[in-house]
Amino acid sequence: MNFASQRVAKPYFIGALALFAGQIIFGLIAGMQYLDGSFLFPAFPFSVIRTVHTNLLIVWLLMAFMGAAYYIVPEEAQTELHSPRLALLTFWVFLIAGVLTILGYLFVPYSQLAAMTGNAILPTMGRGYLEQPLPTKIGIVLVALSLLFNVTMTLAKGRKTSLNIVLVAGLWGLALLFLPAFYFPVDTVKASYSWWWVVHGWVEGDWELILSALLGFILVRMTGVDREIIEKWMYIIIAMTLISGIIGIGHHYYYTGAPEYWIWLGSIFSAMEPVPFLMLVVFAVRMLISRRHEYPNHAALLWAIGTPVMAFLGAGFWGFMITLAPVQYYTHGTNFTAAHGHLAFFGAYAMVSLSIISYAMPHLRGRMANSLRAQRWEMTGFWIMVISMFVIALALTGAGIVTVFLQRMGEHPISFMGVQYQERVFFWIREVAGFTFFSGLVAYLTSFFVGGDPVAAHGATVPRGR
Amino acid sequence: MDTETLTRADTTATQPLPGDFAIWVFIFAELTVFGILFTAYAFARESHLALFNMEQRLLDRQTALANTLLLITSSYAMVRSVLAIRADQIARCIRWLLLAMGLGCGFVVLKIREFAHDATLGITLSHNLFDMFYLSLTFFHFMHVILGLTILASVTLRALGGHYNASSHTGVESAGAYWHMVDLLWVILFALVYVIH
Repeated sequence: MNFASQRVAKPYFIGALALFAGQIIFGLIAGMQYLDGSFLFPAFPFSVIRTVHTNLLIVWLLMAFMGAAYYIVPEEAQTELHSPRLALLTFWVFLIAGVLTILGYLFVPYSQLAAMTGNAILPTMGRGYLEQPLPTKIGIVLVALSLLFNVTMTLAKGRKTSLNIVLVAGLWGLALLFLPAFYFPVDTVKASYSWWWVVHGWVEGDWELILSALLGFILVRMTGVDREIIEKWMYIIIAMTLISGIIGIGHHYYYTGAPEYWIWLGSIFSAMEPVPFLMLVVFAVRMLISRRHEYPNHAALLWAIGTPVMAFLGAGFWGFMITLAPVQYYTHGTNFTAAHGHLAFFGAYAMVSLSIISYAMPHLRGRMANSLRAQRWEMTGFWIMVISMFVIALALTGAGIVTVFLQRMGEHPISFMGVQYQERVFFWIREVAGFTFFSGLVAYLTSFFVGGDPVAAHGATVPRGR
Repeated sequence: MDTETLTRADTTATQPLPGDFAIWVFIFAELTVFGILFTAYAFARESHLALFNMEQRLLDRQTALANTLLLITSSYAMVRSVLAIRADQIARCIRWLLLAMGLGCGFVVLKIREFAHDATLGITLSHNLFDMFYLSLTFFHFMHVILGLTILASVTLRALGGHYNASSHTGVESAGAYWHMVDLLWVILFALVYVIH
């Protein structure tokens, strides 16, 4: 860490991890409600728990991205952050608004929350991931504007590296793509159509830019490979992301009332969406092979390699399984989607956030890398969480297959609840894997409190030509 | 070892490809996208043969032929620019690059005119299956011509800035490889969409 103002990233990372833990707890509760519908009912119905689970995900990822931006932009620009005070103020505003919103979901009936928060003035509430009350949505825009002002001013006065430009452009895209959240037409076709501008635009477009930039930054720092080579890879990955991802939005438009041509365009282009993720894997592995020295933070290296692999599996492979229109005809709304959603969100965005946290936190705590003992805890957490999430995805895929065969095909389809009962074994597996995931998270969080002598310097230089 | 040397090493470690290894990964990915598009077109055509045959006859083949000649000539100019830089003839390389870009711009102008004409005929994505494929394929390719021209412009600027010489010209070769891909795709597209009945 070269600049004092980078320290503002620390509360963002800590806040993100706390909210991550909250997200997992609510995920466990939701998973339990699949097995026992009366669990915590009527105090906390499934719809509320699910909303809290998904909203915490969005908030903690945004918080981690913001922390990453406040850490990376000054370092790349080789100058202090424009206003560390504003960044800190923004953190507290974001955290308090986020917590108040979650409390609102939990303790105020949703319709009452809508009435209390001015939803009648500008209706925006109700769509998945975008359930936030109007003041929270306005707050998100203000927080994003504050971030953009701060990082853009920093970039403007400092060194302009490609990596930094891509990261800041990605953050601008993130903010702009949130604006359709304020457009919620009564027409359900149009409402669904525009909803995907935010959700797809984020996770299958803009966030991939941010992911590439974060991974690029970590790899520049940890492998010692020339930044020109890393930036070149970043460019082609981004180009491929946009080529496949923009028109790939059509895979959300099948059979929704949108024009029929989306069935072709959505299928063809979204089928290519795994390609940039595969490129990320090739990129990360090549950079690792070409590394010039052994970086002492092995845990961060593990996260950085694990991210593209898991992102490819979750977003790429699992996404491809359900993306073609004839397949989607049968799998739509089944647990196939939940399997893809879990593995993709965790593999791509949660893991890249944990990667940058793993890289940056030791620096923010005044060391290059944590002690070997702490790293062992962190890596144990890594493997438990990765394997558990993989089991969750497999279990949900199994449930999805059962739904397709029992509810969507055959002469005598079984009712929705009848099928849910048949799938109980998969929901049990998912819940048990959820608990092991949580234990992995505990191991990961424990690593922050494990003592020992920090590993101070670069290891041996890697001989060329390997 | 400087960046350029590293990049070359990056390339030659596996296979002696001209240009950068990364651009070949990109080209491979792009060809896969178009491959899927062409395959989907073939399946759709097989099941709607009469429609495809009828609609194909309405296309402006003269303009398409002119565009084919423009892109092939542009590709030739690109080859000459690479040969020039390999011989350390920087001014000549820049002239050939400018010619390649000029011909590419000619393609863009003709294609825009064709799209405008199509619009007056009521050809839209929703009109019928053939028009959906015709517009998607040609517009997607059109965007690649724009991207190719942007890459050529960037390389030309770098050449003007004296960044390339006989021993260091990966950028020119990479741009050339991408531009040939754009040309190759058009030749296949021209045959598939405009000519073959």
